[in-house]
Amino acid sequence: VISSRRQDVLTVTPWLAPIIWEGTFNSEILDSAYRPLNLTIGVTVFAVGKYTRFVGRFLESAEKHFMKGYRVNYYIFTDKPEAIPHVQLQPGRRSVVVPIKKYTNWQEISMRRMEAINKHIAETSHHEVDYLFCLDSDMVFHNAWGPETLGDIVAAIHPGYFNVPRSQFPYERRSSSAAYIPDGEGDFYYGGAVFGGLVKKVYEFTKTCHMTILADKANGIMAAWQEESHLNRHFLSNKPTKVLSPEYLWDDRKPKPPVIHLVRFSTVDKNYKEIRD
Amino acid sequence: RRDVLVLTPWLAPIVWEGTFNRDILNAQYVQKNLVTGVVTFAVEKYVQFIKGFMTSANKYFLAGHQVNFYLFTDNPEQISHLQLAPENHLFVIPVQNHTRWREISARRMDIISTYIQSRFQYEVDYLYSIDIDVQLFEHVGVEIIDRLVGTISSWQYDTRRESKSYETRAESRAAVPQGEGDFYYTASFYGGSVAEVYKLTRACFKGIMEDRRNGIEARWHDESHLNKYLLSHKPTRLLSPEYCWDADR
Repeated sequence: VISSRRQDVLTVTPWLAPIIWEGTFNSEILDSAYRPLNLTIGVTVFAVGKYTRFVGRFLESAEKHFMKGYRVNYYIFTDKPEAIPHVQLQPGRRSVVVPIKKYTNWQEISMRRMEAINKHIAETSHHEVDYLFCLDSDMVFHNAWGPETLGDIVAAIHPGYFNVPRSQFPYERRSSSAAYIPDGEGDFYYGGAVFGGLVKKVYEFTKTCHMTILADKANGIMAAWQEESHLNRHFLSNKPTKVLSPEYLWDDRKPKPPVIHLVRFSTVDKNYKEIRD
Repeated sequence: RRDVLVLTPWLAPIVWEGTFNRDILNAQYVQKNLVTGVVTFAVEKYVQFIKGFMTSANKYFLAGHQVNFYLFTDNPEQISHLQLAPENHLFVIPVQNHTRWREISARRMDIISTYIQSRFQYEVDYLYSIDIDVQLFEHVGVEIIDRLVGTISSWQYDTRRESKSYETRAESRAAVPQGEGDFYYTASFYGGSVAEVYKLTRACFKGIMEDRRNGIEARWHDESHLNKYLLSHKPTRLLSPEYCWDADR
């Protein structure tokens, strides 16, 4: 009888998308399937204002752990190109600085990411990458992040909400918002710091999220957790084809529970007040 | 379902009752306006199974979605009138019979790939090959739809037999080396996208013909070749033995 290696966690969603936990996959088999495809994986990170200070560590840790053996393009969106440190990259990997406008407050900056990513895909990255991940920059890789994460539409479970009942998910609860999710609905609470998929799919859902963000703006409302709320609304109706466990989006301020065997990507400790101006 | 394996090491879901919500899947599927084909063969005495198969499949197989049944038979006149659901269609395609079962099973792969190229690719998005002597007693729904789908044989779970039934003689194209192999798949139910099923059936037929030229016949005929193929072309979704209705072989 074949039994599960991880009996302590849910490894498949009710719509049959895999939930990626250590122990559920064999990296060798996955590499042998993906390496021959000669893929290029893109990564977007936003380093606006004081967030430029995180880029160096982000890139250094990515070079050690992110998609080793694959071609990678880092797209660093910044209002201060000169503040981006030069980091030595492995062969087959390159970084590109994408100049963007700085908005007045951190919420606006955060929400405009969807628009910037979407625009950049249309103009540039759709020619250059097969898969695209959009990651927060104030984070560091600690362990391997590989082809087990590749899928059409990929979302990650927020580390603060993977073990709590759905009623406690911080979805936007005001019905006047386009990100509204009523009580009793919802699959997971996905984190806005990690999402991705096929570049074509990322183009589609960043466009939709940007539209719903603009709709809210026109109605004078801002969702509870900015673009994360809109992302959650979108992924409820357009379910991800692969879900990453909180190993891929961890918060080091939280104590590590037994189900987390490995932390692959987590927050850098920082003073939010100071950073956000 | 914590007790069973629901994900392969290459992250393909293994579909067991209790692992999925059919309503969610139906909602996703309906958006895409897909047509699924079922290929089945009723040759010689297997004609007796047509009525039972078609009645149960019409009722339980992808109920509510458009299904084209392609029934290959050497006895087209024998088919009594079957009342089908409005979204289902039955196409009866005459074939010649052959004297031995082994011949028929080899021919199936060839027939399927030929018809995919000439016809099915224009009529369906997904295609499943199902044995005619199968009767469904439960709904089989859109949880089976994926690019390349294999069903784990229920024989694998029978501890009285050898744990796996692969062809082991190296001279056969279907040979699986000792210690290798992920699962043992049944040839009575497999499928996927039309493009993937085309590649699979072509490869299997090629292997069968090569074996024939070398004077060897694989242990479980087309099923051995199917298993060889799915070892190197891993399915994107597996159906648990709950979907394997081989009462006996």
